[in-house]
Amino acid sequence: MSLVLRGGRIIDSGGERILDVEIDEDGLIAAVGTGLNGDVNLDASGCVVSPGFVDLHAHLREPGLEEAETIQTGARGGSLGGYTALVAMPNTDPTTDCVAVVEQVRSLGRRSTCEIIPTAAMTLRRDGVDMAPMGELVDAGVGIFTDDGTGLQDPRLMRRIMEYSTGLGRRLGRPVVLAQHCEVAALSAGGYMHEGEWSSRLGIPGQPAEAEELMVMRDIALVRMTGAHLHFQHLSTASSVAMVRGAKAAGLPVTAEATTHHFILTDAACASYDPVFKVHPPLRTDVDVLAIREGLADGTIDAIATDHAPHAPHTKEMPFDQAPAGMLGLETAFSLALGDSGLDLPEVLALLSWRPAAIAGVADRHGVPVVPGAPANLCVVDPDETWTVSGAAMASLSSNTPYEGRTLRGRVRHTIRAGEPVVVDGEARR
Amino acid sequence: MSAVIGRRADNDRGRHLLGIGGMDRSDLEEILDLTDTFAEVGRRPIPKVPALRGRTVATVFFEGSTRTRMSFEVAARRLSADTVAFNARTSSLSKGESIRDTVEVIAAYGADLLVVRHAMAGTAHRVAGWTDLSVVNAGDGCHEHPTQALLDCYTLRERRGSLDGMRIAIIGDVRHSRVARSNVLAFTALGAEVVLVAPATLLPPAIEGWPVTVVHELDPILGDLDAVYLLRIQGERITEGLIPSLREYASDFCLTAGRVARMRSDALVLHPGPTNRGVEISAEAATDRRSVILDQVVNGVSVRMAVLFLLLGSGRQLGAVDAGDSVEGDR
Repeated sequence: MSLVLRGGRIIDSGGERILDVEIDEDGLIAAVGTGLNGDVNLDASGCVVSPGFVDLHAHLREPGLEEAETIQTGARGGSLGGYTALVAMPNTDPTTDCVAVVEQVRSLGRRSTCEIIPTAAMTLRRDGVDMAPMGELVDAGVGIFTDDGTGLQDPRLMRRIMEYSTGLGRRLGRPVVLAQHCEVAALSAGGYMHEGEWSSRLGIPGQPAEAEELMVMRDIALVRMTGAHLHFQHLSTASSVAMVRGAKAAGLPVTAEATTHHFILTDAACASYDPVFKVHPPLRTDVDVLAIREGLADGTIDAIATDHAPHAPHTKEMPFDQAPAGMLGLETAFSLALGDSGLDLPEVLALLSWRPAAIAGVADRHGVPVVPGAPANLCVVDPDETWTVSGAAMASLSSNTPYEGRTLRGRVRHTIRAGEPVVVDGEARR
Repeated sequence: MSAVIGRRADNDRGRHLLGIGGMDRSDLEEILDLTDTFAEVGRRPIPKVPALRGRTVATVFFEGSTRTRMSFEVAARRLSADTVAFNARTSSLSKGESIRDTVEVIAAYGADLLVVRHAMAGTAHRVAGWTDLSVVNAGDGCHEHPTQALLDCYTLRERRGSLDGMRIAIIGDVRHSRVARSNVLAFTALGAEVVLVAPATLLPPAIEGWPVTVVHELDPILGDLDAVYLLRIQGERITEGLIPSLREYASDFCLTAGRVARMRSDALVLHPGPTNRGVEISAEAATDRRSVILDQVVNGVSVRMAVLFLLLGSGRQLGAVDAGDSVEGDR
């Protein structure tokens, strides 16, 4: 059975053109041209056909926290958001720090509507003390290691892990990526929002920007020392962006992501005391928001990530300090990136699709130019359609979106995963 | 006060006092004027009026307190309201019940107003969003303690007639003090000038926008003050590395007999209690004729009677509930 996406404007890393896309039953693009006709035809007129999105930072909560999200529901939300691949964070229960859990995540992922790319923790139980069996994990196909949720505090251990990772690249077939959540715990401890004018006023203990920046600075120094590939997760401060810009200019092997919320929301949102605005790293200031946007525009930041972090409703019905940190992101990221980043559509697609695909090591099948023979991981987006955010209506098992009630422009119409239309006309098919 | 009613839709249903933030001078003066009436009740042989008969005030304290809770209970009873007390330490909260469930259960018992204290900022705001009942914030973390500020203003006004032009120093751990945040707002709204006096580590990290001046030494300004407001210093500030020792703090900031003697003869000494004798205030200073610390305790009951009456007896909302209006003033 063949599928044709008709009349869309294709935008990929190769440029733009208006052509039909035919997908064969093996899940590959069979033809790109005019007047194509398939067994099933999906209307893409007025829309943009893009390689599917790749999220470098998703918390899918399985195994262990299935009350908040499962791989299936997270992937369904991802598909609705135009994603065809999700990089799953390892702060599961048990921690994804051994091959057995990696295989469980991968196996659950195979039944979902996205490709699930497991990461593994750098240290056992993410305890920051004992190195995880990185060689075994690399042999099991893990290409990204992270203790996300916390930064790896011990600089000596971080150095060793960086050095060790450089010896594993040949076995993986590409450089191992170490993804760091930059936060010096001793400086952020006891803080629940960005430390500044708003935290001072609200009486909520703060986390200074410097808690992130000191670890960015340290890790750049260690990259210079070891040559390891370091990926900076969810950069949130102006100085962090400036330091990464400098490291790239010096030719160091670093990459970086920013989340949608860090280039849209500020710490002023915490004045409601609603923990839906509690997130790590915390929402920062206007100056930081603008710096993230500049970083996205000039290539300092390689990818827009979601840090999709579902939390069951009762866990957010707490005082701000006690509630868990994190917000949903998969179903809103494209619209927010298009509407609020200041970037034009091709740049947004690059930051959501082919640039993160390269960092995730899946550039052979995601973010690939739309040409015959390429795997059909695609999304079709309508840049003009408007819709209103509703946490309850999302595919996620949780509803902690900070954009509740906002009307956004730009919506995902169809998503094709390995040739299968998993989202058609904005509705998940399974 | 009408200007601040219902500024946030999710709190339209109730009538609350969540903070001084959002209240203007006339809001505060209305409460202080009404307090005069209830202060008179307190001086009667039988200090009780039937104003809130049949109403129930619940004190919901998730954090320990003796004075504030007793003061609210006495105030409620003088208005003939019934009182029920929830104490986190002896409750099912220790069995894992959530705050929201706790609040809903207390509401189901028929309470009309919740007096809420919690160790975390914003809790009273959250509770106000979860219930149809009136909520009075009796202290939320390091954020606000509005009835304390009202009783302090009442005490100053009682002695001086007006706060206009007064120069008031708030001394000590401003960083962790909800009393200081509420009083900065209240004192300045009523026309006083506020000076914060503390080591830099005991100040909030970013107060550039606050309508205050900041100094790190007490002695040079002591003779120019109309009032000193001393804050309690907790021993854990030392283990947190914020000050080297209580001894060093006391040597720089404790209101000793010597320091109080250098204050103007008509200056006033206030403290929200309980005092740490020998740390922020000496026994001599606490009992000096300038001290109005016991007046504060007495006035606390009168102010809380006025607040309970306004919320339960007259159908008004006291102040806006959006904490974002705090401190900043007209900036």
